[in-house]
Amino acid sequence: MTELHHLTLAQLNEGLRARRFSSVELARHFLGRIERLNPALNALITVTGEQALAQAQRADELLAAGEATSVLAGLPLIHKDIFCTDGVLTTCGSRMLSNFVAPYDATIVERLSQAGVVMLGKANMDEFAMGSSNETSWYGPVKNPWDLKKVPGGSSGGSAAAVAARLAPVATATDTGGSIRQPAALTGLTGFKPTYGRVSRYGMIAFASSLDQAGTLTYTAKDAAMVLRDMAGFDPRDSTSVDTPVPDYLAELDQPLTGLKIGLVKEFFEGGLEESTANLIREALRVYERMGAKLIEVSLPNLPLSVPTYYVVAPAECSSNLSRFDGVRFGYRCENPKNLEDMYKRSRGEGFGAEVKRRIMTGTYVLSAGYYDAYYLRAQKVRRLITDDFARAFQQVDVLMGPTSPTPAFDIGAKVDDPITMYLNDIYTIGANLAGLPAMSVPCGKVTMGDTSLPVGLQIIGPHFAEAKLLNVAHGYQNETLWHRDIPKGYE
Amino acid sequence: MMSWETVIGLEIHAQLATRSKIFSSAATAYGAAPNAQANLVDLGYPGVLPVLNREAVRMAVKFGLAVGAQISPRSIFARKNYFYPDLPKGYQISQYETPVVGKGQLQILLEDGTLKTIGITRAHLEEDAGKSLHEDFHGLTGIDLNRAGTPLLEIVSEPDMRSAKEAVAYMKKIHTLVRYLEICDGNMQEGSFRCDANVSVRPVGQEKFGTRCEIKNLNSFRYIEKAINYEVARQIEELEAGRKIKQETRLFDPDKGETRSLRSKEEANDYRYFPDPDLLPVVIEKDFIDSVRATLPELPDQKAARYTEKFGLSAYDAGVLTASREMGDYYEAVLAALQARNLEGNEKLAANWVMGELSAALNKDNIEVTQSRIDAKRLAGLLARIADATISGKIAKEVFESMWAENQDADAIIEAKGLKQITDTGAIDKTIDEVMAANPKQLADYRSGKDKLFGFFVGQVMKVTGGKANPAQVNDLLKKKLAG
Amino acid sequence: MSLTRHDVENIAQLARLALTEEQLPVYVDSLSKIFDFVAQLNAADTSTVEPMAHPLADQVQRMRPDEVLDSDQHAKYQRNAPRVEADLYLVPQVIE
Repeated sequence: MTELHHLTLAQLNEGLRARRFSSVELARHFLGRIERLNPALNALITVTGEQALAQAQRADELLAAGEATSVLAGLPLIHKDIFCTDGVLTTCGSRMLSNFVAPYDATIVERLSQAGVVMLGKANMDEFAMGSSNETSWYGPVKNPWDLKKVPGGSSGGSAAAVAARLAPVATATDTGGSIRQPAALTGLTGFKPTYGRVSRYGMIAFASSLDQAGTLTYTAKDAAMVLRDMAGFDPRDSTSVDTPVPDYLAELDQPLTGLKIGLVKEFFEGGLEESTANLIREALRVYERMGAKLIEVSLPNLPLSVPTYYVVAPAECSSNLSRFDGVRFGYRCENPKNLEDMYKRSRGEGFGAEVKRRIMTGTYVLSAGYYDAYYLRAQKVRRLITDDFARAFQQVDVLMGPTSPTPAFDIGAKVDDPITMYLNDIYTIGANLAGLPAMSVPCGKVTMGDTSLPVGLQIIGPHFAEAKLLNVAHGYQNETLWHRDIPKGYE
Repeated sequence: MMSWETVIGLEIHAQLATRSKIFSSAATAYGAAPNAQANLVDLGYPGVLPVLNREAVRMAVKFGLAVGAQISPRSIFARKNYFYPDLPKGYQISQYETPVVGKGQLQILLEDGTLKTIGITRAHLEEDAGKSLHEDFHGLTGIDLNRAGTPLLEIVSEPDMRSAKEAVAYMKKIHTLVRYLEICDGNMQEGSFRCDANVSVRPVGQEKFGTRCEIKNLNSFRYIEKAINYEVARQIEELEAGRKIKQETRLFDPDKGETRSLRSKEEANDYRYFPDPDLLPVVIEKDFIDSVRATLPELPDQKAARYTEKFGLSAYDAGVLTASREMGDYYEAVLAALQARNLEGNEKLAANWVMGELSAALNKDNIEVTQSRIDAKRLAGLLARIADATISGKIAKEVFESMWAENQDADAIIEAKGLKQITDTGAIDKTIDEVMAANPKQLADYRSGKDKLFGFFVGQVMKVTGGKANPAQVNDLLKKKLAG
Repeated sequence: MSLTRHDVENIAQLARLALTEEQLPVYVDSLSKIFDFVAQLNAADTSTVEPMAHPLADQVQRMRPDEVLDSDQHAKYQRNAPRVEADLYLVPQVIE
């Protein structure tokens, strides 16, 4: 028998419209799974059961009245706890915001809720989205449903673990250096990061403003297309939001892939890529060849500098973005401050975790007098070199492909003490953020290690605003393969 | 004894008169209840983002055009990072390397009547901070963030001023200009217009500037003058005692009339400026500039030139009448009302009255010309009676006082009080005859050569007529009659 | 590049972060490694390259009309504040 949590968003939408089940039944089903399965995973920080049922009730009424215009009406979803939700605890995975009830909705929260989406809860995440393993959260690490000893990736690890464990058919997520794609790869999901500026950043707690972009974690590319249609679009409250129409991503999904020019990025097959992962990527590329695509080798010579560039630019922006957390208007304030200085230093020292402090200090340093030119300005210049490399590649090819992550999920605790090793997890994903490109990860196989097998992701990167093309390319692959249908043991 | 030269540059902060804030849609009105006008953006709430107010940019461009400055085709907002409780985000959005307004200049009138050009280095847009209230909350400070995010235009001058008086003249000139342009209300008590003064001294003849001190937050013309003069004296005293000037920020204490060192806000000010990634480059097209240029009013210097050329006013008078847009408007409304009565050619008379009686009355009641108890039309009514010799200038002053107090037209008061001037030669003749008859001794003395007594007879005639006799006629007739 | 304990103390002061005695040496070590790592950037020839602040090159700042759209919500916004009195945010004394 097919259970509700085996259905994609597209199938759930059909079921709702055909009255095979109601939105309230859906919400109850997933809330039940959350109650049963989340404690072992720690994927959610907040569960909003009552509100979810009320939202579902309203969605059912709209559906019954034939007034639900969006294909998302009545469908359950989990928001990453980086998005402000009016009247609901919004922690950003930090002690700093452990008492913070947002007084407003982020634009995407508002849009999805207007579409009739039912919010089940808020997902755990690396603190302020700084991490690649979900171990920096004040609320504790998230476990990978494929193997509870492994990390789910980060920073959107809670979103990824929740969807992989079928606690919700979709979760929102954010990607500053790979925080959607890498967890998607490590948990066997489809992770989609749109072009910078395509989805509003208003209400998404900023990590690095020129890199942050919201997206989705779903089972399939088709589901991502469904959600993106309602999430994307111009927002006058975000100056970096781009005012171009949102195409109908679903309409483009089934375009044939014959003649598709795929760029194989030479540098993507260097930099600590494990052979078993590399083999699965090559396998996936052969699938594309069978569908009529052409493979063309391309080089992005400056790409190896993307990680050091990122670890100057992102900390610089974060050091300034996180200055507002000062214990004055919201958030954590230390006990009995001796004076103003003490209040600032202890509130921030105690409110932020070790990795966040490390990045704030890195950023403070690279912006400080005497170091600005050597670090920050230079990184901004290398950022342009990397961006130009991508632009040149897209003159030859339609999309770029390679691995999402050099390795499958690693053990919890394995890399926490070595920031550089941890940072190198994002070696293949960061380039797209620096250049603002749309990129995604789709499951393309599993590697077996002892008695567990762990998912691997194929990364697809496109030129600016080529969302429809990317989704089309991923959907074509998912029509030919079954990896996206795999469910971890114990969560069937 | 060495002689010293003072060098002053000013950074003027003018709050722009927009309805909403520079990066948020909260109101900017002064005097709201604490924090009632601080919205999520002003409070620096997590997740919120700034969006630029077009009107603030328009006003900055307007200022730039008025001082003949280059408008940057592409300017950048940067973050100035520092921690302070009235700075909600932990950074101020400002402009650093590429401000919206580039180099410009304006002229000030010195006391000796000559003009001096003062260079304007740049003017940039930024957001104001909130306010710390130091009243005692159990030893704590209260923070009101209503002002946070109010648009500021920071106007930076070249170090071109050489005395406190020049600095004040420059500050007043900018004050006049921003109010002409209607981009700032200029209210200094409310902090809408304030400045920081960079002051240094150097031996006369030395080219290199001395070490400067910055005096923060001066919000009255009087304080600027006092603060600078104190600071100059202090620096000279230090240098003459063989000590060095330490570059620092100082505060002026108006009660003591002294500047004192401000314990530095940050041990080492390292503001870590970098381009604000939440805001994109501001591109100002020629069309935009042209549309702003079309809204430029006649500027004070242009207006003053017109007054001297067309009306024959002195440079000083023209300067006073154009010192505020409202004063000039009032003056010209008086002229228009006189013209409506076909009484052209009284521009000097009108100027004297606006600068004299009217300004004195406004000062006495401490009100602005826009609140004058005698409107321009009524004042013209009074001047018309002087021009057509219905009353003398002296009587006119009396009428003015009644008009100010009683809110009536000049004619009604002249009529009610019977102040109409006596111009009937027969009547004046008769009065002179009576006066001569009543003062035979003085008459004899006068005729024996005591010319000084002429004034006595004028006085007597005026006394008898209650001041209403036309003085010119009295003079003429008396001269003839006394001569015998 | 090797940072000293003093360097890290200065950075922490600028960033207003209290670090414990145990945390300090850990940061001296990890921050030094990070700056060594990012020193790779020196390998790139950037002599003729313009710095890039935003990923979308052609976008320019949009300007909004000067409209007041907010009403007084201080009570709602101050529910998150650690300490408020008389509608003011309270902090330890600011000394000028």
